[in-house]
Amino acid sequence: MSALEFLLAGTLAAALPLLLAALGEMVVERTGVLNLGLEGMMALGAVIAFICVYHSGSHILGFAVAALVSAAFAMIFAGLVLGVRANEVAAGLAIGVLGLGLSALFGKTYESQTIKGLPDFGLPLLSNIPVIGPTLLTQDLVVWLTIIGTVVLWYVLNKTKLGLIITAVGENSVAARAIGYPVVAIRCAAVAFGGAMCGLAGAYAATVYTPLWADGMIAGRGWIALALVVFGTWQTGRVAFGAVLFGLLSIGQLSVQAMGVALPSQLLSSLPYLATILMLVVISRRRMSLG
Amino acid sequence: MTSQAPALLRLSGVSKRYGAVQANSGIDLAVLAGSIHAVLGENGAGKSTLMKMIYGVEQPDEGQILWNGAQVQMTRPSDAQALGIGMVFQHFSLFETLSVVQNVALMVPGKQADLAAKIKVLGEQFGLTVDPGAMVHRLSVGERQRVEIIRCLLLEPKLLILDEPTSVLPPQSVRLLFATLRSLQEKGMAILFISHKLDEIRELCDEATVLRGGRVTGRVDPRQHSAADLAKLMIGHEMPKLDAAKTRAAGEVCLSISGLSHRPKTRFGTALQSINLDLRAGQIVGIAGISGNGQQELAALISGEALSERAEMITLMGQKVGRMGPAQRRALGFAFVPEERLGRGAVPEMSLADNSLLTAHRLGMLRGGFIRRAAERAFTKDCIAEFDVRTPGPEAEAGAMSGGNLQKFIIGREIMLNPKVMLVSQPTWGVDVGAAAAIRRRLLQLRDQGAALLVISEELEELFEICDILHVLRAGQLSAPLQAANTTAQDIGAHMIGAQA
Repeated sequence: MSALEFLLAGTLAAALPLLLAALGEMVVERTGVLNLGLEGMMALGAVIAFICVYHSGSHILGFAVAALVSAAFAMIFAGLVLGVRANEVAAGLAIGVLGLGLSALFGKTYESQTIKGLPDFGLPLLSNIPVIGPTLLTQDLVVWLTIIGTVVLWYVLNKTKLGLIITAVGENSVAARAIGYPVVAIRCAAVAFGGAMCGLAGAYAATVYTPLWADGMIAGRGWIALALVVFGTWQTGRVAFGAVLFGLLSIGQLSVQAMGVALPSQLLSSLPYLATILMLVVISRRRMSLG
Repeated sequence: MTSQAPALLRLSGVSKRYGAVQANSGIDLAVLAGSIHAVLGENGAGKSTLMKMIYGVEQPDEGQILWNGAQVQMTRPSDAQALGIGMVFQHFSLFETLSVVQNVALMVPGKQADLAAKIKVLGEQFGLTVDPGAMVHRLSVGERQRVEIIRCLLLEPKLLILDEPTSVLPPQSVRLLFATLRSLQEKGMAILFISHKLDEIRELCDEATVLRGGRVTGRVDPRQHSAADLAKLMIGHEMPKLDAAKTRAAGEVCLSISGLSHRPKTRFGTALQSINLDLRAGQIVGIAGISGNGQQELAALISGEALSERAEMITLMGQKVGRMGPAQRRALGFAFVPEERLGRGAVPEMSLADNSLLTAHRLGMLRGGFIRRAAERAFTKDCIAEFDVRTPGPEAEAGAMSGGNLQKFIIGREIMLNPKVMLVSQPTWGVDVGAAAAIRRRLLQLRDQGAALLVISEELEELFEICDILHVLRAGQLSAPLQAANTTAQDIGAHMIGAQA
C-alpha cells in the first residue's frame, strides 16, 4: 500500500472520533453552554463500549450503551451548571477528570485485551474506481452513517425551526425565556446530545479504530475536538473540514514514521497537538484584529 | 366602567413577595376591552412584578387573575399568549444575529415566506414599516420596537402590554407609535401602557392605575388630571423642583476634543468622524441622540477604555490624554459613570463597599497594598446616607439592588471623588422619577461647585432640564453646539433622525 493509499484509506476513520465529539460540542456551545469535559466523556464512552463489545460481540449494543452512559454522565455537568449554577469551566474540567478516572477504573481488568473491529465495505459501483475506490470509498458502516448524520445536523441547524431555537437560546437566553422558550430544558437537551456524541466518538475509537483497550487511549482527542469547534466557527461544514484535516494530519504523521524519516516519533505524534495550539493562536489573533 | 360586560382582564387582591420585599400587595386592576390603560409608577413601585404575573412569568402568592370574567392560572408566558396577551418588552427580546422574519418565526407559527408577507401587510395597516429580511442588528431602536410590536400582533392578542415603550424613542417616533396604538385601539384591542412619563399618559390613555410601594394609590382618568396631580399620586409628595439654570460665566476649558475620529473595534460598532467638543468648568454639556450612533465608542474614548489615534485628540485639564489609560485620566480629576451599571459601573457579585474601592481607593483606602476595611466601609456608609441609597448596608451585593438605587450609589461614589470633569452616560436609564430627579439635582450641584460635566443621554427632557449646551450625536457625527435655552425638543429630534434642514 502506497503512502497515498494509506492516507486515503485512513483519514476518515482517524477523523471520526474528532468529528463526532466536535459536532456534539458545537451544538452545546450554540445554545450558550461550554462543556470542557469532552475528554472524560469520550474516555467513559470508550471503556463502556469496549466492555459491551467484549462480552456481547455486538457493536450496535456497544455504541448504544456508550451513547446513553455518556449522555447520562453529561447530565451531571448539566445539573451542576444549569441546576445549581456552578461555574461552567470548573464543572467541565471536573467532569473531564472524573470521566478519565472512571474509564481507568472500569478498564483495569481489560487492559491490552482485543476485540474484533468492524468490516469495511465499499459503495456499490463507486468502489471500482481506481485508487480512491478501494481506499477513500471503502469505509466501515459508522463512517458512512456519520457522513449522513453530519448532513442531517447541518440541515437541522440551518434550515429548521429547531435550529433557529438553538441559535436564539445561545444568542440571548433572557429574550428566549421572555418569549416563552424553556431555556434550561433546551440547554439540558443539548448537553445530553453532546454527551451522547462524545460517547459515540469514544466507542468508535475503542471498538473500531483501534479495537483494543489501553488506558488513556483517547489521548487528548477531546481537547482537539474542543479546539475544532472554535476553528470551525460553530459551522457544521467547517467543523467537519477541520476534523478531516486533523485526521489527515494524525494519519500523515504515522505514514511519515513508517517511511523511516529521521525525526523522533514523539515529535511526530505531537504534531496534531502542536497544530491545535497554532490554530487557536491564529484564530484569536485574527479575531483581535477584526475586533 | 360598565357593569354588564366583565373586564377583559381583572386582577383582584393580587400579592407577591420576594423574600423580605413585598413587591405587590392587594392589587386590584381592571382593563376593559378597547381601552388604553396606563400603569403608572416609579421603578420599584411593583410595575414589573405586576406585568410578570399578568404575562405568566411569575405566579401571585395571593389573589386572582380573571380573563373575561373567568379565573385563570398562568404558569408560563405561553399560557398568557394562548389567552391572547402579548407583551412588548422595554429591553427588546430580539435576537440580533437573526433576521426580522426569523425573529418573528421564533414566536409565531408558520412558514417564513408567509410570515414575511404578513409582516408587510401589518406594517402597511398600522404604520409599522420594516423590511422582513433585514438583520436586526442593523435596525434602529425605533425599528426594533416595530418588530417587537409586529411579532406580538401576529399572535392576534386581545391585550397588548407595552413596558416603557417611549423611553428610547425620539419625539417623532413617539408620535408614530401613538398613532399606531390608537389605530389598534380602534380595532378593539386593549392596551396596557406602562410608563412613568406623565405627559404621555395624559395624552394617550383613558384610564390610569397608579402604583406606589407595591400598592395601588390611585385610579384616575389621566385626561382629567394635571401632571403634577399624577406625580403626587406616584411619588407621594410634590415633584422636587430643580433650580432653573442660572446663567453663569463659564470657566476654563477642562475637556477638549478635537478632530477625534475612530474606527469601530467590532462589526456592530459605529465609526466616529472628526468630533469636536469643548467642555468648560461650571458647565453641563449634553450629548443627545439614540444609543448606537457612536455613544458607546465616544464614552470609551473619553474614559480611556479605548485609546485615540493621537494623544492630542483629547485634552483633559490641559494635558494630552488621548493615549492614556483610565487610571491616569482619573488621576487628573476625571470621573466616569458608564451606561451599564452592572459589569462596568459596578461588579454585581461584589459588595457595595468593595465597589467603592474600585474607583475611590485613592481616598486612603489602601495602606501598604492592603485594604483598609474601616475606611472603605466609612466611605460607603457616607455615600449611602448622602445619596439616599436604599439598601441594608455596605455589605449588600451590588447585583441585588434595584437599578435606581445602584445608580444613585455609583453616581454618589463618583461625585465623592470630587472630580473636575465627570462623564455620565445615560444617567437615568431605567431609573424611577424620584431617583432620577435626585440624580439630576446632584449633577447640577456638582456643576455649581465648578465641575465640568458631560452627559450622554437618550432622554431629551432630561438634557433640557440640566444642560447648558447640547450636541446631537448621529451616525458617528457630532452636531455643532446648540444653546439649550434657544433650542426646542423638535430641533434636537430632527437632528436625531437626520431630518434637519
